[in-house]
Amino acid sequence: MVATETRIITKRLHDRPNDSWTIDAALATGCYDGLRKAFTMSRDDIGAEQVKASGLRGRGGAGFPTATKWSFLPADSHPRYLVVNADEGEPSTFKDHMLIERDPHQLLEGIAIAAFAIECNLAFIYIRGEFALGYERVEAAIREAHEHGFLGTNILGSGFDLDIVVHRGAGAYICGEETALLESLEGERGMPRIRPPFPAVEGLYAKPTVVNNVETLSTLPHIILMGGDEYAELGVGKSTGTRLFSLSGHVNRPGNYEVELGITFRDLLESPELGGGIPGGRAVKFVIPGGASSQWLTGSDEHLDAPLDMDYVQQTYNVMLGSGAVMVFDETTNPALVAWRLAKFFAHESCGKCTPCREGTGWIEKVLYRISHGEGRPQDLDMILDVGDNISPGLNAPFSQTTICPLGPSAVSAVVSLDKYFRDEVIAMCRTEVPA
Amino acid sequence: MIFEGDMLTRAQAIVAKYPRPKSAILPLAHLAQDAEGWLSEDAMREIASLTHVEPAEVLGTCSFYTMLKRDPVGKLVVSVCTNVTCLVTGGPTVLEHLAARYGDDPDVTVEEVECLAACGGAPALQVNYEFHENMTPESAEQLVARYKTGELAARGISGGRV
Ligand SMILES: Cc1cc2nc3c(=O)[nH]c(=O)nc-3n(C[C@H](O)[C@H](O)[C@H](O)COP(=O)(O)O)c2cc1C
Ligand code: SF4
Ligand code: FES
Repeated sequence: MVATETRIITKRLHDRPNDSWTIDAALATGCYDGLRKAFTMSRDDIGAEQVKASGLRGRGGAGFPTATKWSFLPADSHPRYLVVNADEGEPSTFKDHMLIERDPHQLLEGIAIAAFAIECNLAFIYIRGEFALGYERVEAAIREAHEHGFLGTNILGSGFDLDIVVHRGAGAYICGEETALLESLEGERGMPRIRPPFPAVEGLYAKPTVVNNVETLSTLPHIILMGGDEYAELGVGKSTGTRLFSLSGHVNRPGNYEVELGITFRDLLESPELGGGIPGGRAVKFVIPGGASSQWLTGSDEHLDAPLDMDYVQQTYNVMLGSGAVMVFDETTNPALVAWRLAKFFAHESCGKCTPCREGTGWIEKVLYRISHGEGRPQDLDMILDVGDNISPGLNAPFSQTTICPLGPSAVSAVVSLDKYFRDEVIAMCRTEVPA
Repeated sequence: MIFEGDMLTRAQAIVAKYPRPKSAILPLAHLAQDAEGWLSEDAMREIASLTHVEPAEVLGTCSFYTMLKRDPVGKLVVSVCTNVTCLVTGGPTVLEHLAARYGDDPDVTVEEVECLAACGGAPALQVNYEFHENMTPESAEQLVARYKTGELAARGISGGRV
């Protein structure tokens, strides 16, 4: 059977390619019906019942159950804030970018449902600064939603009020990390906070706050309309529903694909409806799933036949589905060069708050540079593994950390993968004669 | 003064959206950049008084963010991605070509950036935060040339419409 897309949250943008972001297209295709239905339900019926039953897990990277996150809000403590993470910066992830630009009303509907369920009257969308068109589209959609009574006071006669403020970032990957995001939203440098307290207890302006990803929220209207149980029938195990995968690199048809969880990496890469295979029929050398922070998979049959199941790949291969990125590298690729470029990214994006991350990412970058450019020493790989061990003791996944946030340990994943799968190739790249 | 007349009204409306005025630092910095072409010290002083903080706090915040240009830049900022998907599809050659071609051009600032979330069309770049995908060194040069002549209308250097 040929693996295909299961379009739920990408249906409108495919069906109405020329105007999916407008209020006309939204209204003609049933947008805001989920919100109408939500207003007929109790708050608990939404969160503690339907969203819980759906098994929805956050699509921002960590895969944390959404209903559980909402349940951490302390009772009777107001105001509460909902903050939408639209800062998408994880390398090779480009799904939220598409959802924001091409279906902003679906996102607004999801925000309104979540805000109603958690009793929040002011929500913030923290949108990546580089998304200039996305920002305009969301602002326009908010104006339209106000005109049609989907935002503002007494929404659709429900007695519920909601306003949304869109806040542009200004170029800092770390602001995707939820506590750095809150700092940035407060007008500070985007440096992560030490937890506890968690945002649910003390978040934005020290008030109870839920931070959810764009794709997570865009899924909510469909869960409300389908019912949580029906949604949970899609997918596999505790990876329920569909997810958007951003497929890129050496594939014939790069792009975003919404698929049911549980199909295999091979399905995603090779199905003529999805990735369409590798250019020139070349072999896959390695795959980086989940964004730059995950360990790697190889092109072996065992790895390619692994299912897109968050828990299975974590437990079996130490990799994450993370942000939904899937980067494909064919047999012509120098894995040390890719590892170096990722290290350069992390060194550049480290916020500098913790010493192991600030100093360690810099050293890993420098040493990988010389390895990948033919100037390495045979002992270099072990040296950077040692540096990595100071950031993430034990070098395991899920990782332990000596740092405040997971960015530092994420920078170690590529080094561990190089050692695990390409040690001989890396050492062969190094200079044998070392100058005195 | 940047924030006077209409601009002052806009700035005050932005500050009023937030429970705390300091939150308005980034939006006001974007606005100032689009108006002035960069983020000057004078602009940061004005932002400080609008958000009721010290100028040093505005500098402290703004110096964290790569989109905020505290030195003058060209009218066109060309941001070329070289992160891994773009790395293996030709991003670095696009960057090298543009950097060499526009190195002496005061109107054009070419910079290397991290993943732009446009990897489905790698290699990707932005001109004043407008996306362009599947670039080659030649098509990228032609593109910048069209912005230079005004055939393509550029956004402000913070991505706003000026
Ligand atoms: C370094 C770092 C960067 C992150 N970047 C993003 C991001 O760009 N977008 C996002 O939604 N989550 C990102 N996250 C995850 C967020 O911290 C948070 O878990 C997520 O927004 C929660 O939403 P969800 O539960 O709906 O997934 C990042 C985490 C880390 C550690
Ligand atoms: S781990 Fe790195 S990015 Fe995270 S808080 Fe520490 S220094 Fe900053
Ligand atoms: S790697 Fe270049 S746009 Fe993502």
